[in-house]
Amino acid sequence: MTIWVRLFLIALAALPTWAQADVTVFACEPEWGALTQELGGDKAKIFTATSALQDPHRIQARPSLIAKMRQADLVVCTGAELEIGWLPVLLRESGNNRVQPGGPGYFEAARRVNLLERPSRLDRAGGDIHPAGNPHIQGDPRNLLPVADGLAQALSQIDASNTGYYQARLTDFKLRWHGALQKWSQRAARLRGVAVVMQHRDPYLPAWLGVHAVAELEPLPGVEPSAAHLATVLDRLKQTPAKMILRPAYFSPRPSEWLAERAGIPVVELPFSVGGSPAAKDLFGLYDDTLDRMLEAGK
Amino acid sequence: MYVRRTLIASAIAMAFAMPAQADNSDDIAAVRKEIEAMRQNYEARIQALEARLKQAEGQAGQATAKADVAEPAAAPPAAANSFNPEIGLILTGHYANLKDVPNRHITGFLPLSPAAVGMNRGFSVDASELSLAADIDPNFRGQANLVYEDGTGATVEEAYFQTLRLGNGFTLKGGRFRSAIGYMNEQHPHAWDFVDNPLMYQVLFGEGYGQDGVQLKWLAPTDLLVEITGELGRGANFPGSDRNQNGAGDATLGLHLGGDVGLSNSWRGGIAYLRTRAEDRAFFGLDPAGTGLTGDFTGRSRTWLADFTWKWAPNGNPRETNFKFQTEWFQRSESGSLACTPCITGPYASEQSGWYAQGIYQFMPMWRLGYRYDRLDRGTARLNGADLGGTIASLADYSPSKHSLMLDWSPSEFSLVRLQYARDKSMAGLDENQIALQYVYSLGAHGAHKY
Repeated sequence: MTIWVRLFLIALAALPTWAQADVTVFACEPEWGALTQELGGDKAKIFTATSALQDPHRIQARPSLIAKMRQADLVVCTGAELEIGWLPVLLRESGNNRVQPGGPGYFEAARRVNLLERPSRLDRAGGDIHPAGNPHIQGDPRNLLPVADGLAQALSQIDASNTGYYQARLTDFKLRWHGALQKWSQRAARLRGVAVVMQHRDPYLPAWLGVHAVAELEPLPGVEPSAAHLATVLDRLKQTPAKMILRPAYFSPRPSEWLAERAGIPVVELPFSVGGSPAAKDLFGLYDDTLDRMLEAGK
Repeated sequence: MYVRRTLIASAIAMAFAMPAQADNSDDIAAVRKEIEAMRQNYEARIQALEARLKQAEGQAGQATAKADVAEPAAAPPAAANSFNPEIGLILTGHYANLKDVPNRHITGFLPLSPAAVGMNRGFSVDASELSLAADIDPNFRGQANLVYEDGTGATVEEAYFQTLRLGNGFTLKGGRFRSAIGYMNEQHPHAWDFVDNPLMYQVLFGEGYGQDGVQLKWLAPTDLLVEITGELGRGANFPGSDRNQNGAGDATLGLHLGGDVGLSNSWRGGIAYLRTRAEDRAFFGLDPAGTGLTGDFTGRSRTWLADFTWKWAPNGNPRETNFKFQTEWFQRSESGSLACTPCITGPYASEQSGWYAQGIYQFMPMWRLGYRYDRLDRGTARLNGADLGGTIASLADYSPSKHSLMLDWSPSEFSLVRLQYARDKSMAGLDENQIALQYVYSLGAHGAHKY
């Protein structure tokens, strides 16, 4: 009898340890997958839905993504309508009540930062514009601090038993991030005021580095560069020369190369997100590599 | 967390303390001490880190300025119409160059009632589709699709609610909706890859099989997509008919599987079964002399459908180039009695099948090229034990087929212009070259498309 009581109580004591299941996270973009990894450590099981070589505006709502969404405890996405073409389908098809918008299992990074370029006129004649503002917030690493705060909160809310763990990792991450920001800021001093041409409209990278975007290859956001528009950009570069063309990795290199050849300036392929280049292995590598590449081209 | 640790500790303590009384109270004290030390150590570490962070934040304050690392954006001002549903409108129309064929039909198959008319010749505006959708409350979402069309006026194509938080992979849908059988059945015409839908769908359901009823869907918690769908409905639409009865008029059951192969490939495939009944389902046919006749069918109708779709996009990025292969097959058997004015009413039984396969290739941004092959097999259709073709010429044994080639240009996801050429042999004695030019425009909110 006593041995059974003993075993039962030992089992009871061990129970909370079993219940300490990992949080299964569905991250829409690699930068949020990487940030969740920083904060969640080995308590988070992360599936990243897209890669840096994919255009996050245009993802097919593939069956595999629906199957992953079905199993998630927490969805971490950019928001600001970046994923409007596919995420709502995944959420609705998943039959998963834990991750529906409005609940604790749904986290949008864009809600944590001040979005730039909120359009004053909402009209699709202006191209693929986002009413809440430009969603490419990871262009500026400073934006990751408030997002990290929010994400740690979300993780703690879902997995309250590990709150201390997430808070400690958050503090540790922010400490390292502040250090990195300082280092990047010193390294980027040389880029301040440099004129650049961008493939796709992104106000965050220029805001961070102090570079000056003089033109975009896309005539309007989300609209493919046309030969006529490229010719106009080339003309404009004759008046206001730029130092380099910035192209996120998921875009076709053709339009930027066409322009680079004629304008005599280099194209910089930016990793854009974690995994977008061999060196962009994690969040720190992403911005290290972005700077490396831009500094190399700006010599 | 600390609370739990203490719990564990006390439970462990109890477990050992109970039978052995106080003889190992020293051990308990030791464990307690250790836990307390761990806790203090942990807290001290966090405090140290936080202090360092504060210091770093102080320094960074100057380095990064206050610029963009700001508090969450202010909420937009509330307005009475903030909760308006997503409103979308599809505008579509075409120009078609076709032969003037009297009594156009697909040979060998009992036509839909009311008879489906093919494309109009010349210029015409096709159905304009107004859709309204919104989350109703945390638990439900609602959607309505109203179709405005010449001849039929405004019709309610879909009007359903759907659960959002049933959980465990379950979703319940109710109202009027497109059945989840097959692949294309849930697609509205603006999402088709060709101007018209495959011959297979034209003989099976017309545009698509709609239900007034309920649908329960369950998704398995696996990395491979496993989706099981069951529906019960009124069964008022072809191949069934409205029977003014209690209970369910039709039932469907479907299974779909799907997944990825590597980074660049994905697929989805499945089978589905539809069982329904028809009562006095009217049809129009031609006798061997070519004059019109009318009749009706009463009996049961069973349809099997199989579908398979394969998509390729380099590195999973469909933006530059991508390819889609899609095929569907059906088999339908009907048995009951057939009546028509010049022929003798008698037992009728048919077993028919058909399929299509298509490939759509986006060879550069905005431009896609596609080819589709359609084939139907009339199979057997017997009235009073004899082949039906002898009595009704439009149901004679014939294998309809069609080749279609299309090129479309889509400068944004909201606009599309399509040119299509087809070689149509869907009617016995017909071998027609068809040319069509179509536009599809989408205004306002446009829900994301399924796979």
